[in-house]
Amino acid sequence: MLAKRIIPCLDVKDGRVVKGVNFVNLRDAGDPVELAALYDLEGADELVFLDISASAEGRATMVEVVRKTAGEISIPFTVGGGISQVDDMKRILRAGADKIGINTAAVLNPQLISDGARRFGSQCIVVAVDAKYNEAWGEWEVYTHGGRKPTGIKALSWVKEAEERGAGEILLTSMDADGTKDGFDIPLTRAVTDALTIPVIASGGAGKKEHFYDVFAEAGADAALAATIFHYKEIALQDLKQDLKTKGVEIR
Amino acid sequence: MGIAIVDYGLGNLHSVSKAIERLGGESTITGDPEEILAADGVLLPGVGAFGDAMEHLRSSGLDAVMRQAAASGQPLLGICLGMQLLFDEGEEHGTHRGLGLLPGRVVRFKGGTYKVPHMGWNRLEFLQPESPLLRGLAEGHVYFVHSYHALAERPGDLIAVTDYEQPVTAIVGHGNVFGMQFHPEKSGQLGKQLLDNFLKLVREPRS
Repeated sequence: MLAKRIIPCLDVKDGRVVKGVNFVNLRDAGDPVELAALYDLEGADELVFLDISASAEGRATMVEVVRKTAGEISIPFTVGGGISQVDDMKRILRAGADKIGINTAAVLNPQLISDGARRFGSQCIVVAVDAKYNEAWGEWEVYTHGGRKPTGIKALSWVKEAEERGAGEILLTSMDADGTKDGFDIPLTRAVTDALTIPVIASGGAGKKEHFYDVFAEAGADAALAATIFHYKEIALQDLKQDLKTKGVEIR
Repeated sequence: MGIAIVDYGLGNLHSVSKAIERLGGESTITGDPEEILAADGVLLPGVGAFGDAMEHLRSSGLDAVMRQAAASGQPLLGICLGMQLLFDEGEEHGTHRGLGLLPGRVVRFKGGTYKVPHMGWNRLEFLQPESPLLRGLAEGHVYFVHSYHALAERPGDLIAVTDYEQPVTAIVGHGNVFGMQFHPEKSGQLGKQLLDNFLKLVREPRS
């Protein structure tokens, strides 16, 4: 049986970790490679780097970060942000990333999912979806451009299309839960895991250890992702994993 | 000269070479037969499809080099597809002959009621705790990504398995030839220890 995964997420801009990092024991808290190595040591099962660089130079720097990280850590990692072509995917995978995350670019051009999956294998393609509840519809809507643009697309039909096109995994962020620390979005995550056979990474809302148990046990998530609570040491990875094990969750 | 990581034009060899370096081992990424046969140990990596990989090995003559290395007693470790290639044949997009260093076949996961590929952290069950690869280690999780799995003909070649709807070949070995279906270089602490045990085997003087 596969273990449930705990995934810290790092936002990187122009080669530096930008938000919410408060590690006293790091020489350079802004160095993504050093932070990644620390999370590896502490028991993270996987890492996600989100590149929020706006410039071509920033993007090029990210490739260097990926290369260095691949040489330093011993767990798989995903790189997302600003990847809009198969050539971008190739560059990042060649530098040593295990998976590629695509979000806005996949909505604008769903063929990118199919092309990436055919070229590199489904296991390399993670489709990231930002979803928000739409009261009028009574279901969730997909947003793009970092959650700024509503698309008019229903989240459940989009994740199914992504799966059919060969996505290996869905990284599902609830915009309603994100930043609240009130827990993951159980109804959204449940709806998506019920609709799909590929793994779902739940994201947004983690504030306490119990929230992770809930999203695994009640919503059927395969993995859970968080940023702030790990960066600020509000939850220690080792405590969290021990807690989940005690509760009978399959954990590495 | 340490470990020769066999380069036959497929895949990213950087991660595994860095992993060996972090363990204090030396490695050279090479496709040169003489360099491979002169190394203390040989590591056969692999990603992609069975048939393509064998084609690359054959066209460069490295298939014969692998058999020579195995016969010479050099410790040889196949990783992921590299492990699958050690067997007689593989059924990925048609039937292809493998290196034939271990008897058995490589078949696709049936799927249907479970997910294919088998991707993620799964727990090893040690069948031969006395194997030099498992010396001093405790059972734990390692990282798998694969859609095909090996059916070893000799039960005695199975060193560790994992459970994915069926017992799945995870570590195999016979004499100086070993294979790991998962990625030790992506498998955290346990992965490091497994690679380290292989390095120890490589450093042992051969009789």
